[in-house]
Amino acid sequence: MDPILRMTGISKYFGTFAANEGVDFDVLPGEIHALLGENGAGKSTLMNVLYGLYRPDKGEIWFDGQTRHFASSRDAILTGIGMIHQHFMLVPVHTVLENIIMGMGKEKGFLVKEAQLEKEVLEIAARYGMEINPRALVSELSVGEQQRVEIVKALFRGTKLLIMDEPTAVLTPQETEELFKTLRRMSDEGMSIILITHKLNEVMSVSNRVTVLRDGKVTNTVMTRDSSEYELTRFMIGRELSPACREGRCCGDKLVLELDHVTCEGEMGNHTLENVSLSVCAGEILGIAGVDGNGQKELAEIVVGLRALKSGRIFLSGEEIAGKSILEIIGKGIGYIPEDRHKRGLVLDFTIGENLILKDYNKKPFTKGGLFDFGKIHGHADDMIKKYSIKTSAAGRESEARKLSGGNQQKIVVAREVDKGPKLLIAVQPTRGVDIGATEFIHKQILKAKENGTAVLLISTELSEINQLSDRIAVVYKGQIMGEIPHEAFEESLIGLMMAGMTYEKAMAANRGTGQGTKASEFLADGHVPAQNAEPTKEQVNA
Amino acid sequence: MNDIMNAAFIVALLSAALRLSVPILFAALGGMFSERSGVVNIGLEGIMLTGAFAGVVGSYFTGSQWLGALVAMLSGIALAALFALITVKVQINQIVSGIAINLLAVGLTSFFFRALFGITTTPITVNAFSPVSLPGLSTLPFVGEVLFSQTALVYIAFLLVPVSWFILYKTSWGLSIRTVGEHPTAADTVGIPVNRVRTLCVLASGALAGLGGAFLSLGQFNMFVDNMISGRGFIAVAAVIFGRWNPKGILIASLIFGVADALQIRLQTAGIGIPYQFLLMFPYLLTVVALTGIVGKTVAPKALGKAYAK
Repeated sequence: MDPILRMTGISKYFGTFAANEGVDFDVLPGEIHALLGENGAGKSTLMNVLYGLYRPDKGEIWFDGQTRHFASSRDAILTGIGMIHQHFMLVPVHTVLENIIMGMGKEKGFLVKEAQLEKEVLEIAARYGMEINPRALVSELSVGEQQRVEIVKALFRGTKLLIMDEPTAVLTPQETEELFKTLRRMSDEGMSIILITHKLNEVMSVSNRVTVLRDGKVTNTVMTRDSSEYELTRFMIGRELSPACREGRCCGDKLVLELDHVTCEGEMGNHTLENVSLSVCAGEILGIAGVDGNGQKELAEIVVGLRALKSGRIFLSGEEIAGKSILEIIGKGIGYIPEDRHKRGLVLDFTIGENLILKDYNKKPFTKGGLFDFGKIHGHADDMIKKYSIKTSAAGRESEARKLSGGNQQKIVVAREVDKGPKLLIAVQPTRGVDIGATEFIHKQILKAKENGTAVLLISTELSEINQLSDRIAVVYKGQIMGEIPHEAFEESLIGLMMAGMTYEKAMAANRGTGQGTKASEFLADGHVPAQNAEPTKEQVNA
Repeated sequence: MNDIMNAAFIVALLSAALRLSVPILFAALGGMFSERSGVVNIGLEGIMLTGAFAGVVGSYFTGSQWLGALVAMLSGIALAALFALITVKVQINQIVSGIAINLLAVGLTSFFFRALFGITTTPITVNAFSPVSLPGLSTLPFVGEVLFSQTALVYIAFLLVPVSWFILYKTSWGLSIRTVGEHPTAADTVGIPVNRVRTLCVLASGALAGLGGAFLSLGQFNMFVDNMISGRGFIAVAAVIFGRWNPKGILIASLIFGVADALQIRLQTAGIGIPYQFLLMFPYLLTVVALTGIVGKTVAPKALGKAYAK
């Protein structure tokens, strides 16, 4: 079969930096081709070249029968290339239909014929088994639904080759499974798909072929079924991974954080947290598992004082902290790695050094007599950059946080929050959107903090992360704790059932009743298995 | 007080209110297109002034008020083109650029007015728009006098409201404009030329604001005096916000300001013992109150005021 896309010898330079060098890449009709690589490996550059956003300095693009030179994304779209960006390109205040048809005036006419367009859109969605409501506002949709709109938007433009950039980064396990189902269906219908990702389990479960990029060059292209996660890791990072390992379970006597029947109200007056009681000891990691949006964010925010309680009490080392100011709470030794490092963790326009002292800028040694001591601030920045191996841009410690990769940005946050050895560390999605290398590093820092006696509240939607780090696991569903299990009793299917709203007791009974863990999914209302099953286990990776 | 609240007074008041709301309506509809595409155009004031001047000049030299209005629109487009060049292409702060346009217009119009007509004590007279009574409709009691005995530009202004609504919500142009103002990156990824759309919208705002200015000089005062817009352009900017960036809201906002303006003029002549300076303030005060209290939280186009560079 002839490939639908062939890129040969693609090179793209930014100044002297080679983002892509001599890249050969091809995609067959009806193929799901994964493009794997760490952040900064050149995946996005390659795809931007293909999508007409960058012009290659060298190399040729051959698509759908002829050589192409795309001057803009419009050219690429017109020839049948569609791209779904990691950050959705949707207008929240517009309807689904408007988002799908925008920019199609030339093809669909000056007047917007809503009824007819709506029909066309629904037909396309139905062909691939997707459900959408053209009249809904995008702002009312869940992330998974928004992604569906993006897919239909691409299909509506007659896409033959669809590029998806990190499509699962923002999805829940169920939504991920749903997406993969749609992708398989699309590939069955002859659509070619390029899946940009750094998640190995996704590559293994959905792709036909994989191309691995490292430092702007292709390290290998292999059939997925002939490869393994272990081999792909090696292609991707050029060395073997030594994932952080949890060792033993620590003391249970020194209580650090205690939540006593905490209830918290959302903007709509609903309970985002209801009667939550939890405790974390010094030197212990309590993992909170759950599908995104079930009260995790609120849980972290009430502890650090960003959100008010409706009822209940919160103790830090026996002292009640609910109702205290954020400054006081920080002063008591709480480190907080927020869910959204761009919004809450960093000031993106500040330098690395400035970001590192955001919580201490007004204290000694950084401030003396009301003035900054830049010697100390710079020294501190240099120390942290070294200690946490933060890869800066050319400007060194003066690099703006905005210019760093996601992993390095997160390392700044981790350095600031963990280095002081806090009594309590709250880590919310600490490795979301972070590459494997940095994930490994951040996990090690969290474990190190634990060994030094920090109590850690780890909130994550990645079950593999929870499993890897936690001593105890609590599952949250609609603001309530469904139950708590020790790490020894960790079982995917059991946690999956609790994540879907079963209490521990019911989930145990259901899980045992089916005998095998995977069949437990039958008890989930929507019938989807949480998708982390294929995460690399320690044995595989260390083998 | 009693004798001023009779029927004749109310007819005159409403008729004047309608007229006074027209220049604001023109400029605000223009401002709406510009802002919906993401460009704050506070240069409306200066563009209106230029339009008022160019209208008089055009009418003076051609003898036709219609050609005068056309010249006013072209002058508005020219000034808007300059504004678009600075804000969309060179990407200088839109507010600062708008202020510059306003100051430029004050200087240019008074200079050229003197250069063309010398320093006169009696204002020059030009052909202006006169009321057109719509047959049948204008004889209706009350309504006829208020609504259907106005100049042609008044009818055009009010017709522009549904036309603008249709363009904005029922055509692919409108969808592109709204998309560019909300999420320029998304627009770019589907091939909408962001900065071209913005430039065109700014030019449209120039044409409409120029026409609004010409209405003042050719349809209302029949002359040009220095700085004759006296804040109506800024009120138009406020009317865009008050009207929540949609034509219907802008119509209502413009009418409210028109009524306020008409009322203050009539109260001045009625001699009710309030210093006239306070009455003059009334429409502007209303602007402030409207923006802070009554409207509440309005949702502006997301990308408003932000230049778009790839």
